[in-house]
Amino acid sequence: MNAYIIAALLIVLLGVAYQTGWSKSRSLVTADGARVHSRPQYHAALVAVWALVPTLLILALYGYFSSGFTRAYVVSQLPPDVVTGLDQNGLNALVARVRAIASGYGVAGEVQPYENSAGFALRQFQTIAFMVVIAAAAGTGILALLYARARITPRLRARNRVERIVNLVLLACSAVAILTTVGIVASLVTEAFRFFTFVNPLDFFFGTVWAPRFSSTGAGNAGQFGLLPLLSGTFLIAIIAMATAVPIGLMTAIYLSQYAPRSLRAVVKPVIEILAGIPTIVYGFFALVTVGPFLRDLGASIGLSISATSALTAGVVMGIMIIPFISSLSDDILNQVPRSLRDGAYGLGATQSETIRQVLLPAALPGIVGAFLLAVSRAIGETMIVVLAAGNSPVLRGNPLEPVSTITVSIVNQLTGDTDFTGPQSLVGFALGLTLFVMTLVLNIVALYIVRRFREQYE
Amino acid sequence: MDMVAGKVKMTQQTLESSMDPMSSLRPVRIEARDVTVHYGAKQALFGISIEIPDRAVTSFIGPSGCGKSTFLRCINRMNDTIEGAKVGGVIKLDGEDIYDSALDVVELRARIGMVFQKPNPFPKSIYDNVAYGPRIHGLASSKADLDEIVVSSLRKAGLFEEVKDRLAEPGTGLSGGQQQRLCIARAIAVGPEVILMDEPCSALDPIATAVIEELIDELRENYTIVIVTHSMQQAARVSQKTAFFHLGNLIEEGPTEQIFTNPVNKQTQDYIMGRIG
Repeated sequence: MNAYIIAALLIVLLGVAYQTGWSKSRSLVTADGARVHSRPQYHAALVAVWALVPTLLILALYGYFSSGFTRAYVVSQLPPDVVTGLDQNGLNALVARVRAIASGYGVAGEVQPYENSAGFALRQFQTIAFMVVIAAAAGTGILALLYARARITPRLRARNRVERIVNLVLLACSAVAILTTVGIVASLVTEAFRFFTFVNPLDFFFGTVWAPRFSSTGAGNAGQFGLLPLLSGTFLIAIIAMATAVPIGLMTAIYLSQYAPRSLRAVVKPVIEILAGIPTIVYGFFALVTVGPFLRDLGASIGLSISATSALTAGVVMGIMIIPFISSLSDDILNQVPRSLRDGAYGLGATQSETIRQVLLPAALPGIVGAFLLAVSRAIGETMIVVLAAGNSPVLRGNPLEPVSTITVSIVNQLTGDTDFTGPQSLVGFALGLTLFVMTLVLNIVALYIVRRFREQYE
Repeated sequence: MDMVAGKVKMTQQTLESSMDPMSSLRPVRIEARDVTVHYGAKQALFGISIEIPDRAVTSFIGPSGCGKSTFLRCINRMNDTIEGAKVGGVIKLDGEDIYDSALDVVELRARIGMVFQKPNPFPKSIYDNVAYGPRIHGLASSKADLDEIVVSSLRKAGLFEEVKDRLAEPGTGLSGGQQQRLCIARAIAVGPEVILMDEPCSALDPIATAVIEELIDELRENYTIVIVTHSMQQAARVSQKTAFFHLGNLIEEGPTEQIFTNPVNKQTQDYIMGRIG
């Protein structure tokens, strides 16, 4: 109810302010024919901003302080002997009960008469407080509106001001992404440091055994948190994925950009890009149900023992997932190579394949390497496919035919279910996350640097 | 000093060439009959017939979009690389139809070199740029052979003295005029008989242009050269035969001297006088 009233107030104020500014501005034009600096919509927008900002400020202050005020009011309405007889938690519970009574919800247990009267008083208090605040907000808004309207003169640089406000809004929006990143990194770092108070960083980064006991199995033994088995599994899968995706993706890109007729390209390219839109969990099913058993049977027929869930399964399926990424980026990069280079090679009598191998690919190489690095960072951070298909076996080994585990899988394992963030068993998730973040960050920076250098060369 | 001497020499040669009715004396190297080009549904050339004399410079002039570059690209079949382009009519090199299915386009392009509007050296070293053609065509049997071809091509292109100490540096690091001469050296290295030049000086400053024009004049001793140019002065300076294109038609062709002093066709006259284009 209150929210609707506030929304209605704001909308009405916005409309009235805009209309007022508009008509005042228009009247300037017709009145004396003086040259008006800004067009009416800028004056209108400026008045609207003037009217809304103080209103919003008052409402925000109310929202921020109302909880403290009502609490103080409730305490003042309760009998003093009841209040002094309670500790902090008991008082909080009592205030919550009174609030529930005031808002008309039922409360558990018997309702004391003093609770009831306090609830009734609170209800009245809240109604009055809200009306006062709304009136204050509306009044301030109208005053601000009138002030802004009075300031409209032909020479008022309303456009410049509105543009500056819009500029600030845009800045604030872009700051959201940056601040979020900073916040995430900060929380990762602080939690990771907490983890390192339990486990020596050397044991973490260079340990060869991953055996985190869960806290329920006894607090005495914290378990072993060696990163190396996870790192080796991560890299093993990423290498298999790249070995699958790079040749296929690159060949696809070469075919699409150089050989395919335009009509075929127009169909095939979007279809390949659809592959990138399949949720990774679906690739996980695909790995688990189709590719894993297929590889196992294939291995059996040639005398190899391949686990259905193994680094190979996860790597191959992840490779398939990455194909559109590589083919699409490489295709764009090959198309960016200036036509004049192609013509130059053809003009010398080079065949199409010579032109591609000796001129186009070398010219596009930096960009293609950048695409590969971006793909690698995706492969390292990929989670769902490995959760389902890699076998979750955090043992340090190099055989791709056996199950492995990765950093991402271990984070999932450590942080799902009931976790309290006090012991190393769950805090290790943050240390792992930080490791992963640093790895992909470095890869991305290197990739972007390479891609940018390539762009500068040709644009 | 060199530049001035070169200009003087060029002027003398231009005078000699204009006194000598080249096109009738020199044997015909390339013969085109009724050449048409369609890009998709749009017709770009309407029945071009022309004879191009051996070891002389033939220039194609005309306003933008008149089809002169399109016709040039027919001569080494570069239009094959453009999707939707269709070429009709007959073009013969030494009496051989170049659009005959028995003829391999790769061999044809080795015989007919091309220099483009914008210098387009490969992002490789200066040496590798020139060595690229000889390598793919297997023209050198040893490293020494290849060195020889690279050096002599750079010399013929008048670039060797400037780059002899930095053959291993990237060709893209040269100045625009040097890059264009590198592209000419690259074309020469394959040992072509004909060199096509598509506005080779349009991206260059006047001094670099003068150097290239001088080079073209020297090259015609050994090569049949066809040059497309926007600049009528350039056509007058370097060519012995001139053809005027307008809206996809060949309006008039003849000895350069005659086209510029006594054109037969009214449209040619208007273009020469700067009234169209």
